[in-house]
Amino acid sequence: MAKDGQKKERSDDEGSSKDEPERKAPGFETMAIHAGESDEEHYRAVVPPIYHTSTYKLEEVGKFHGYDYSRSGNPTRAMLERKLACLEEAKYGLAFSSGMAAVNAVVALLESGAHVVSEENVYGGTHRLLSKVYPKYKIDLTWVDATDLSKVEKAIKKETKLLWIETPTNPLLKILDIEALAKIAHANKVLLVVDNTFSSPYLQRPIEHGADIVVHSTTKYIGGHSDFIGGAVVTSNDQAYLDMAYYQNAAGAVPSPNDCYMAARSLKTLALRMRQHCFNAKKIAEFLDGDSRVKKVYYPGLPDHPGHELAKKQMDDFGGIITFEVNGDHETTKAFVSELHYFALAVSLGAVESLIAHPASMTHASLTGGEKQKIGIKDNMVRISVGIEEVEDLIQDLDIALTKTIGTRK
Amino acid sequence: MKDLTKIVHAGEKPDPSTGAIVTPIFQTATYVMDGVGKDKGYDYSRHNHPTRRALELKMAALEGGVDATCFSAGMAAIDALMHTLRSGDHVLACDDLYGGTKRLFREIYTHVGIQFDLIDMSDPSVIKKGIKKNTKMVFIETPSNPMLKLIDIKAAAKAAKDAKIHCVVDNTFMTPYFQRPLELGADVVIHSLTKYLSGHNDLIGGAVITTDKDFAEKLNWMAKSVGNGLGPMDSYLTIRGIKTLGLRMEQHNSNALKIAKFLEDHPKVSKVIYPGLKSHPQHALAMKQATGFGGMISFELKGGIKAGIKCMESVKVWLLAESLGGVESMVTHPYTMTHKDVPEDQKKKLGITQGLVRLSVGIEDADDLIEDLDQAIN
Repeated sequence: MAKDGQKKERSDDEGSSKDEPERKAPGFETMAIHAGESDEEHYRAVVPPIYHTSTYKLEEVGKFHGYDYSRSGNPTRAMLERKLACLEEAKYGLAFSSGMAAVNAVVALLESGAHVVSEENVYGGTHRLLSKVYPKYKIDLTWVDATDLSKVEKAIKKETKLLWIETPTNPLLKILDIEALAKIAHANKVLLVVDNTFSSPYLQRPIEHGADIVVHSTTKYIGGHSDFIGGAVVTSNDQAYLDMAYYQNAAGAVPSPNDCYMAARSLKTLALRMRQHCFNAKKIAEFLDGDSRVKKVYYPGLPDHPGHELAKKQMDDFGGIITFEVNGDHETTKAFVSELHYFALAVSLGAVESLIAHPASMTHASLTGGEKQKIGIKDNMVRISVGIEEVEDLIQDLDIALTKTIGTRK
Repeated sequence: MKDLTKIVHAGEKPDPSTGAIVTPIFQTATYVMDGVGKDKGYDYSRHNHPTRRALELKMAALEGGVDATCFSAGMAAIDALMHTLRSGDHVLACDDLYGGTKRLFREIYTHVGIQFDLIDMSDPSVIKKGIKKNTKMVFIETPSNPMLKLIDIKAAAKAAKDAKIHCVVDNTFMTPYFQRPLELGADVVIHSLTKYLSGHNDLIGGAVITTDKDFAEKLNWMAKSVGNGLGPMDSYLTIRGIKTLGLRMEQHNSNALKIAKFLEDHPKVSKVIYPGLKSHPQHALAMKQATGFGGMISFELKGGIKAGIKCMESVKVWLLAESLGGVESMVTHPYTMTHKDVPEDQKKKLGITQGLVRLSVGIEDADDLIEDLDQAIN
């Protein structure tokens, strides 16, 4: 997975003097470890400290050392923000107290009268924010199936300010064409926002493909250990950055320095973890695909997935999330889930531990029955987040649970 | 339960799995379910987690509310409160508010069609006149920041109750140890937990406490939807900070009273504002609605702006920094720091002059603090 040749423009990665031989731009793994960390001396500690402080002593009235109050800015948070911007090939990063707080900071760019076009299959929390919180501020919304570009074009109005997508989508793993959607958005002076949580910057960097704003739940692959709640926005758009940074300070949905440190620490192993997630998921998808106890498998890495070719084009691999339909009803699906040993039944995804979720009752519970049906979220559908355990153990776990609830593999 | 006992024990139970006396820091994003649709009360830490919940129950008990929600910042708490409104709604607030609150009102919520009127509420009869048909909330800070103006909470709450709307009180400066607005009739109390409650200047946090069960549910829903709940580490540090709240507040109060009197007698000081001084125009109201005067003092020097800045830059024990309510004593220049985003004409109207100095009196030895201020003033 060659990520060389990506020219970085961030000052932390420069600094070579004239006499030194020229270095090639750092690769992803190198940036993940070093980017954003070298701006201050910190007694030359290899790992920057956690600044658990609310405030900063001024030198004199009006003169401070870059930080005045930790809601407005904190060195630990700034380190994470720089690192995320580097990894997403963007100019700016902003960290938030959750992925939803990051989503909210983007939506808060809008004023009454504005309109949003959104892919209909987005995370349930995003769906709730767009459909239940913002309409009361007269911010209008149109859901579309964004795999159909003509539908997106038709949905855009004079008042449209944002085009919102996730790719792969949650939980149906539809692949949306970032480049084509960016062209449509920009032709209409609309900002394209991509939720890149499922891919992480290791697999997909939407800004390279023309996206204006990227959002993340850092709780997922970026954090990777299921041990904190966090979110981030990255962008190269100067005005959007200034507005969101203003909002971050004004509305105060900021992460604690402790959680910022943990996110930065996690990024150091992101590449290694993602490689294992992808490797394991491909094996599991192939196992499920050839199994009569499974009705349908949704995984972009399978050649017959409708978005397979597009995924190959815009992603470096296919990720660690698989959705499948159990060949049975809701009760059979519940029984299957309860027989699993390694896959824990829990909300969230993207961590070292394998997890399983039942989207209809968990991640997408805030949608009405009709909305679920329209999008294609079914009662016999489960979503697995494949961890980094030994893949043979995971396959055996799925096989045993299917055997116990439906019968032996044929 | 007496106050000091409540402060130590309220909201907390020994950990059910180990008996640990201290609430564990639940550094987890998610929770394993027993089966589809069956959890043990927690499913995802953005929605809530046991460490935040213990803090919320403690805050509700201390303020005398039915429930509380804790947020990533005091401003996030106010943001969630504003998020319960819709385009066309109106908020009646006092004029001397924290700069961040004013900024949120003016720069964020007016853009989505929420209207604000900020008025001087020293005479509470103006509140009734200011309430319009579409007013949903009376929002006050008392004592106010940085002019330490007081508002009669009982009167404000009554005006709100008569109009069937909520009275919201920012109780950050007093804490429930000195002032409990819900007992005086208010419906909602907000806090920056960063200040006296956590008390050690080591975290950013906020809280909303209410007597209205439905409203509490709305706020919880908002914390979950907007995703600005307080994390486990900071929730724990706040619980830990609250354990010494009573001791700290007594010390803040007694130090501040000594310092305010010292300043009042100082020949180079032109004006001292502290509700504990008899010279404060609302001293009697302070005695009536609170059991202490707090640790915040504002003053001006006869030498005006030049002398004020010289003083702020000459202190040695005091720290020149934003924020307040911590164990360390701090001096702040509201004009360029906490209230820098407030438009010039409003600053003038409120009395936030370039020479105004705000003190957050810490819990050090009062004599050291006085000696340091004296040398800085001279």
